[in-house]
Amino acid sequence: MFKVIDKSIINADEMVLNMGPQHPSTHGVLRLRIITDGEIVSKVEPVIGYLHRCFEKHCENLSYEQIVPFTDRCDYLASMHMSHSYSMAVEKLMDVELPERVEYIRVVVAELQRIASHLIAVGAFGLDVGAITPFTWTLRDRERILDLFEMLCGARLLYNYVWPGGVSHDLPPNFIQKTHEFLDYFLPQIDEYNQVLTTNKIFIERSADVGVLPLDVGINYGVSGPSLRASGTSFDLRKDEPYSVYDKFDFNIPVGEGLMGTVGDCWDRYYVRVLEMKESAKIVRQALDSIPSGDVHEALPKKIRPKKGEVYSRYESARGDVGFYIKSDGKNIPQRLKMRSPAYCNLSVLNEISSGWMISDVITVLGSLDIVLGEIDR
Amino acid sequence: MSDEYYVKNDLSLVERFDKDNVVVAKLDDLINWGRAGSPWFFQFGLACCAIEMMAAAGPRHDLERFGMMPRATPRQADVMIVAGTVTLKMAERVKRLFEQMADPKYVISMGSCSNSGGPYWQHGYHVLKGVDIVVPVDVYIPGCPPRPEALIQGILELQKKIKLDTPLRKKS
Amino acid sequence: MSISDILTDQFKDSVEFSDQQNCLFIKDPSKWDKISLFIKNDKRMKFNYLMCISGYDLDDGVNLGLAYNFSSTELKTYLEVRIEFAYLTHIPSVTPLWRAADWHEREAYDLFGILFDNHPDMKRILLPDDWEGHPLRKDYITPEYYKGMPVPKDKSYWE
Repeated sequence: MFKVIDKSIINADEMVLNMGPQHPSTHGVLRLRIITDGEIVSKVEPVIGYLHRCFEKHCENLSYEQIVPFTDRCDYLASMHMSHSYSMAVEKLMDVELPERVEYIRVVVAELQRIASHLIAVGAFGLDVGAITPFTWTLRDRERILDLFEMLCGARLLYNYVWPGGVSHDLPPNFIQKTHEFLDYFLPQIDEYNQVLTTNKIFIERSADVGVLPLDVGINYGVSGPSLRASGTSFDLRKDEPYSVYDKFDFNIPVGEGLMGTVGDCWDRYYVRVLEMKESAKIVRQALDSIPSGDVHEALPKKIRPKKGEVYSRYESARGDVGFYIKSDGKNIPQRLKMRSPAYCNLSVLNEISSGWMISDVITVLGSLDIVLGEIDR
Repeated sequence: MSDEYYVKNDLSLVERFDKDNVVVAKLDDLINWGRAGSPWFFQFGLACCAIEMMAAAGPRHDLERFGMMPRATPRQADVMIVAGTVTLKMAERVKRLFEQMADPKYVISMGSCSNSGGPYWQHGYHVLKGVDIVVPVDVYIPGCPPRPEALIQGILELQKKIKLDTPLRKKS
Repeated sequence: MSISDILTDQFKDSVEFSDQQNCLFIKDPSKWDKISLFIKNDKRMKFNYLMCISGYDLDDGVNLGLAYNFSSTELKTYLEVRIEFAYLTHIPSVTPLWRAADWHEREAYDLFGILFDNHPDMKRILLPDDWEGHPLRKDYITPEYYKGMPVPKDKSYWE
């Protein structure tokens, strides 16, 4: 931890640096106004809004079925989670009972998407710190997951798959066998990443003890997801308030323990994600072994026209706690739809945990928080 | 090989003398061949299309075999791939970065958001309906998002366009 | 005692709990800072996690609303609070109690024009600083040009 130098010793003014909207390591169009004293940062101010695509205004003019592709494009790295969370909110509003097969398929797809999103998070964090090879390895493994999704619904990145009331396509004939093959291939790869990145001395020096997030500060700022679990709590919506069929599966919640430094530093946030990939693989295996049969289009409503009312539904996505607040007044168009995105609150804590560190540490902290600008700016 | 062989098979002067140590070609062709063979791209990923651009530069669909290397700064880049939605707040930065690139420069507009506003055309009060309002575009790639193979086809079209250029002629 | 009983006991007429919508209505916005302090610090409630602040526009041209969602990480309870008021009313900010409210209130100001008191840094967050108007209001009209770039979808008048 560095101290800002006492101004009476050296006559140095503070400098305002602009890490502009276009920068290779800001994970999207994010602008950081950094006020530094030499190399040491005294304040970081994120400026967002460069990707504000008027998602909420579109939702006030489109029907409930037409909104699903737009929810995909909010968090484009975990689009199954977004459309699943939106579908759950609409189903709560309309009191729809789903067939078991639909719930199992949704869980399988959501956990595969969690693995794909964490692969990019882990690889991009390595890229920020300076390791380029693990990024190409994680991209290669992610391509195999995208092959599975392409077999399922035809698209690689933005699926339009989870609809309110069901899913759009049933599982193709050899999907289960190919997924088992992928999981058999994937679990030894995590050991390879651990060898190259997790226990790498340079990586540990760069990320351990940097950007420590204390637990009460995290809760006060509204942080959620793996970034909060790395600070020592096992707060996970899949176990605390189980939705869908998550209460039927047996899995653990990885919690940060400060193995290489303080609890809640960047290394912890990275390692929690690596462990979560293993847990997601466990859930997928259990779900595929016990999937019931049925018709997936059985509960799809012909016209979505909920009664007057409001709903706030929460969901655990790859980045944290996604909330959809939908206000309906009886028409087939929502009156107000607000999406509470987890990366919005995660990013607001950046100033608090990176003051007093160097400029390159700001990039390390930003990479460990794993933000996606599409869901911050909506 | 006789002259008729070369004319009938539409082979240029460069291929004709490849067995000897002498190459006779138009200087234009030589310069275009050099430029089209290594277009370094300026990674301007804004939204979802940026992920497909990263996947195209990844191990499976390799972009380096076309000579494309990602550069972080506009001053060293030849091609700017605008991937993703351009908003009004971002538009003047796009223009400024385009002006910082050195000639000859090209722009590829990737995805329907930068072609014409994309799915946000109807009620987007903050979305620029097409990046060609602020910068001149050479190749448009449709899709939402376009597959990496579509991006590669767009780059091949750009290479064809570069080879038709006449760099030595005085521009009036 | 349930949450609704505790609150109606303490604040009498300023609040009203609606079981049908499962939320607390604040009738007097100026009392909101005392009520929010009570919600956070009282030992029976301990709502220390603010999840979301959404603004909404009731379509009558006069009133706006704010919906707050709280949860307690220790007692595992959940509360929703709603305030409805006319345009240009000042609402006390809850940023000193929950820092998560900082950016959410800036967004409510940016998109709806709701004014907050005691906020550390009130300025626009998503739209550019010189944007005019508050887009998510129901009576918002899209501007024609912004700094020389045409905004609406029909570009024919410009081309």
